[in-house]
Amino acid sequence: MSDNLLFAMEAALNGVTVGIMYSLVALGFVLIFKASGIFNFAQGVMALFAALTLVGLQNGQIPFAPIINAAFGTSIHNFGWNLPSLVAIPLTVLVMIGMAWAIERVVLKHLVNQEPIILFMATIGLAFFLEGLGDIMWGAEVKRLDVGIPQGMSSWVDETTYNLFGYGFFIDTLSLYALGIAAVLVTGLVLFSQYTKQGRALRAVADDHQAALSVGISLRFIWVLTWSIAGIVALVAGIMWGSKSGVQFSLSLIALKALPVLILGGFTSIPGAIVGGLLIGVGEKLFDFFMQPVIGGATENWFAYMLALVFLLFRPQGLFGERIIERV
Amino acid sequence: MLDQPAEGYVTADGRQIGPVVLELKNITLRFGGVEAIKNISFDIREGEIRAIIGPNGAGKSSMMNVISGFYVPQEGEILYKGYKRRKMPPYQVARTGIARTFQNIALFEGMSVLDNIMTGRMNLMKSGFLKQALWWGPASREEDEHREKVEKVIDFLEIQHIRKTPVARLPYGLKKRVELARALAAEPQILLLDEPMAGMNVEEKEDMSRFILDVNDEFGTTIVLIEHDMGVVMDLSDRVVVMDYGKKIGDGTPDEVRNNQDVIDAYLGVAHE
Repeated sequence: MSDNLLFAMEAALNGVTVGIMYSLVALGFVLIFKASGIFNFAQGVMALFAALTLVGLQNGQIPFAPIINAAFGTSIHNFGWNLPSLVAIPLTVLVMIGMAWAIERVVLKHLVNQEPIILFMATIGLAFFLEGLGDIMWGAEVKRLDVGIPQGMSSWVDETTYNLFGYGFFIDTLSLYALGIAAVLVTGLVLFSQYTKQGRALRAVADDHQAALSVGISLRFIWVLTWSIAGIVALVAGIMWGSKSGVQFSLSLIALKALPVLILGGFTSIPGAIVGGLLIGVGEKLFDFFMQPVIGGATENWFAYMLALVFLLFRPQGLFGERIIERV
Repeated sequence: MLDQPAEGYVTADGRQIGPVVLELKNITLRFGGVEAIKNISFDIREGEIRAIIGPNGAGKSSMMNVISGFYVPQEGEILYKGYKRRKMPPYQVARTGIARTFQNIALFEGMSVLDNIMTGRMNLMKSGFLKQALWWGPASREEDEHREKVEKVIDFLEIQHIRKTPVARLPYGLKKRVELARALAAEPQILLLDEPMAGMNVEEKEDMSRFILDVNDEFGTTIVLIEHDMGVVMDLSDRVVVMDYGKKIGDGTPDEVRNNQDVIDAYLGVAHE
């Protein structure tokens, strides 16, 4: 096999692993958009906040320490313990559920029956609030996140491909875990929404609020549920991205990369988020690989958006989105 | 209007009517300065078919929304099964056994007919959140039982052939029937039908009338009905409330209402001399 083909294959495989990371973020958007028609601008910040909380809990950081110290002249920073991931992760899940509840209480409840654009604006506000809250609670410095997922080159992939092709592919072990986790997450979500009472209620609310009320579904419960699930998905995305590149503010910007994924996959499709992420991941790696000699590097920064633009022109509902039909 | 005995009575054609199950007392509903319902009282008896009629804009649908909890009246009280009903959101009203359909069909368009009807049983499902999520044995068995009940409703309304069809693809008449099926699946004590025959052709109207009578007959469901087709209303109902401009202008059996001068005026117009 020619070297070039092998390199391209390696690039494509790396694209798959990057793409799945995009999908993890896009998934959170899809969940909330499906259930309430809200485009949640704060999804990226939720991932950052979840990761910050997780690191803070793991390290036994005292939340709001700088404020407490400034107000009372104390000098406390740490509880002096380290929580294992197995305890810290469930605790963070609880925090995210609490956050979903608070969002429903403080924001959504007062905006029932408002235009989608107003709800969208509210989520922008939410994004800024959470960003600030994360900083105040846990501090703004870059943090290392380690939940015990192995990192670095996967020697298994390296050896297997070396034996097959005589050239070892470089794949990050973390990415392989991300693949597995995403698969479990998506299967779980699909099963939940298709086969459980709450899943059915969730789909019902997404479809028609009045009808849902008339069969006895509490909208508020469903909204808390949706935002909780989106919060948990954000936590998963936060863990994966945080382990990869540290927990820092730029984490919230990965939400921007989720936008083209959503445009490709459709805003309302869970499998679409996965396929869209993969297409973008693989697409940008391969495009970079083949076009680098021609137009130079750094195409990864804009390729996804260009692809999204093409999609908007020819298939605005995305690959799996609901077809928009206007009856006249 | 004739006085009926509190414990119930038997109609001329042998239908068993029970005691009062829901009573509306001095209901007034305002939207800003507009009074949609003005101090209306009437009752609904167990097992009867009770119609609400009136010209457009008379406040019939508002009345329906008050009973189903979608609107909260500013004044008056609702007695349900003898107890004063506290203010509650519509989904809780649904849980007390009051199911409804809407004037402009409110179905879950993206879901199949079967799934739509299954949502009707939402309140009767007991398995907790976690068990459902984990697909535990008892939860799965429960799902099967509910499926069985739903299949019965489907048979009853003769919609077997469209069970798996997404609702969005159905014609209007069938959508109305699916909506009735979803309401029936909840096994309600009171069924509120807001213009169940609007926009239907004669044949569809006949089918729907038959279903309404059958539901009432076989399950003993109390039915409250808004309908414009006078022929249908007079044929189906045991008692009729007539509304006009938010006021009650008549209440009684179809015959009594037909001969009520106020009702005739409202429908035919009053001669001004």
